[in-house]
Amino acid sequence: METQQKLKDLAVSETGFVFDPHTGNSYNTNETGRAILLALKEGLERAAVVQLLKSDFEIFGDDLERDLDEFLFLLRENGVLPQHFTL
Amino acid sequence: MKSIHSVVAVTGLNATDNPGPGLTVIRSIRQDPDFKGRIVGLAYDTLDPGIYAREYVDDVFLLPYPSQGIEALRERLTYIRERSGVEVIIPTLDSELPAFMALEEHLRAEGIGTYLATQEQYDLRAKDRLAAMGEEAGIQVPRTVVVADPAALYKIHEQLTFPCFVKGLFYGAELARSIDEAVVAFHRVVAKWGGPVIVQEYVHGEELDVVAVGDGCGGLIGAVPMKKTYITDKGKGWAGVAIKDPNLLAITRRFMAHSKWRGPCEVEVIKDSGGAYHLLEINPRFPAWTYLSAGAGMNLPMAVVRLALGETVAPMTTFTAGTMFIRVALDQIARLSDFQQVASTGEMLSSGGKI
Repeated sequence: METQQKLKDLAVSETGFVFDPHTGNSYNTNETGRAILLALKEGLERAAVVQLLKSDFEIFGDDLERDLDEFLFLLRENGVLPQHFTL
Repeated sequence: MKSIHSVVAVTGLNATDNPGPGLTVIRSIRQDPDFKGRIVGLAYDTLDPGIYAREYVDDVFLLPYPSQGIEALRERLTYIRERSGVEVIIPTLDSELPAFMALEEHLRAEGIGTYLATQEQYDLRAKDRLAAMGEEAGIQVPRTVVVADPAALYKIHEQLTFPCFVKGLFYGAELARSIDEAVVAFHRVVAKWGGPVIVQEYVHGEELDVVAVGDGCGGLIGAVPMKKTYITDKGKGWAGVAIKDPNLLAITRRFMAHSKWRGPCEVEVIKDSGGAYHLLEINPRFPAWTYLSAGAGMNLPMAVVRLALGETVAPMTTFTAGTMFIRVALDQIARLSDFQQVASTGEMLSSGGKI
């Protein structure tokens, strides 16, 4: 399945409730996770996602990139993103 | 679309913790704003709960059990037609379908429309032939062995691995983790449903279903895939959510193209942890969760009513993924006079007779 289509179909609410209509699974995420998902839905590149997180959440340093990768790993593990997805 | 003023009869009014599909089909039809007709419920037992759901069912008639033969059913349906003016019948129970299929021509001659598969199509998806059908249609089916003699179970490990399901030809499935459990399950299933039994390898994964209607020419009138989100101890889906899974629709389309299925069916699938899809069963009728299709914006029972009346229905492709159903068990109050009427006369007509 095309990654873009999967991301496009992903429903992300204002409260951080996430519904994957392809699998029927639902999740809850925090404000940061929600921001990352919305950025992915918009098709932002990694640098842009990192920049957005820096500006919106005042996070700096190596932690930010590591946390981003960990969140992406969680999305892949739960089938929200395809296993081959990288950012 | 054109309003429907017809009298539509639906079977399967049993609604216990393993409910028949009758009420879910009736609710779907009732929900459609174009339906202006009447609903006749066809039941087999005086305590079928749907009989007493008077807000959904206008008239009720008891039917003879399938064991009484086709002639008894034919006579009863002729009587019901005269009494209530039934123009469409939607049978919803596996055990009664062969009789209704055999009577299709007769019913049409009497002015009663149906939208059913042929006997050949019905046989094609039977549990003892599903594996062969899957191979021909390019659909993965768990390894399956038909067993008529329990002695064969002692060699079954040469063909598949435990655990496995021991299934009746029409109903019933028991999980067996060893040969001993399989032998016990064999005898239980044969005692209840008759032989032979079908032994099917167990596949662990997510339980997914599709309610679909085939056009009889290899195409799909419509389909709504669903993921079970709550499963009872009987293995029945008590809650579920409509999903947009193209793989499930692809399996459904392949089945329709191969069988040229006509009418409603339910496609039962397991998605394993590796993401592979395994076809478990094709049930030849609407499932008990069919109301989800209407709730999600694709009213498949209403489509079948129109098709049974001879109307053309364009393929339906859109529904709202994320629409959920959560079943609820409610106590409904029934009047003793209603029970008495059904028990003593086998019918209950709110209209007092043909309108």
